[in-house]
Amino acid sequence: MEVFERDKKYNEYLNSKIPKTKPWPSLFHAFWIGGLICLFGEVIKDLLMLIPNMSVENASVWESIILIAIASILTGFGVYDKLGAYAGAGTIVPITGFSNSITSPALEFKREGFIFGLCAKMFIISGPVIVCGVIASIVAGLIYLIF
Amino acid sequence: MFDFLMYLKVFLIGGTICMLGQILVITTKMTSARILVTFLLLGVILECVGAFEPMKEFAGSGVTVPIMGFGYTLAKGAIIAGEQEGLLGVFVGGLKAAAGGIAVAVTMAFLVSLFFSSKTKK
Repeated sequence: MEVFERDKKYNEYLNSKIPKTKPWPSLFHAFWIGGLICLFGEVIKDLLMLIPNMSVENASVWESIILIAIASILTGFGVYDKLGAYAGAGTIVPITGFSNSITSPALEFKREGFIFGLCAKMFIISGPVIVCGVIASIVAGLIYLIF
Repeated sequence: MFDFLMYLKVFLIGGTICMLGQILVITTKMTSARILVTFLLLGVILECVGAFEPMKEFAGSGVTVPIMGFGYTLAKGAIIAGEQEGLLGVFVGGLKAAAGGIAVAVTMAFLVSLFFSSKTKK
């Protein structure tokens, strides 16, 4: 009973300390930053298509590679996290958020050592994405193979 | 070449998808890993039912830049390779299609953390 009371008090304290994001402005922030990142990707793809003998498939792969590389560097400079504080899911949902979710823990856990820090903890957030993605792709492939 | 109506569609659709993510953040307090997985699986499911291809035709990077595009790439790779090469293709195709993105993400994370230190904790 006492423990329950204490937990309740603690949760009240915690809720009073959590920074309140106003729902409506944050939706708008996520919308325009997220939209802008997608637009930036499309412009990159159109510019890549100007290169002779560039196929649409290769241009799309280059597009994600360039976005991932830029997001990773911006994470290094600490810019991406500031943008994330403003735009919320607008920076998580695009592929740049995937890149950020690998680079950010890599930077964070560097202090815990090279192999067991940097290399191992790199996938602490994006690990589930790769695991679920691989399994889901195999399931999708099997469904199409069988039916 | 530079189609401004397309750019408008990319901005609006891409923005709307990110806004859906933000609605998830507000209503369920999901962490970023859960949001990434949710959208990834959404992309895989949309590709399986054949809805992603027309969406891609309509909004281009507006649907492929969000992480659901990554799910689409994985699923499409496995499906196409499976149809061409059978069971082995199913196992190989998905990661093969997404290999560029994953390889660059890992390499860049490695290089960036060699040259920078964490900015969040002073």
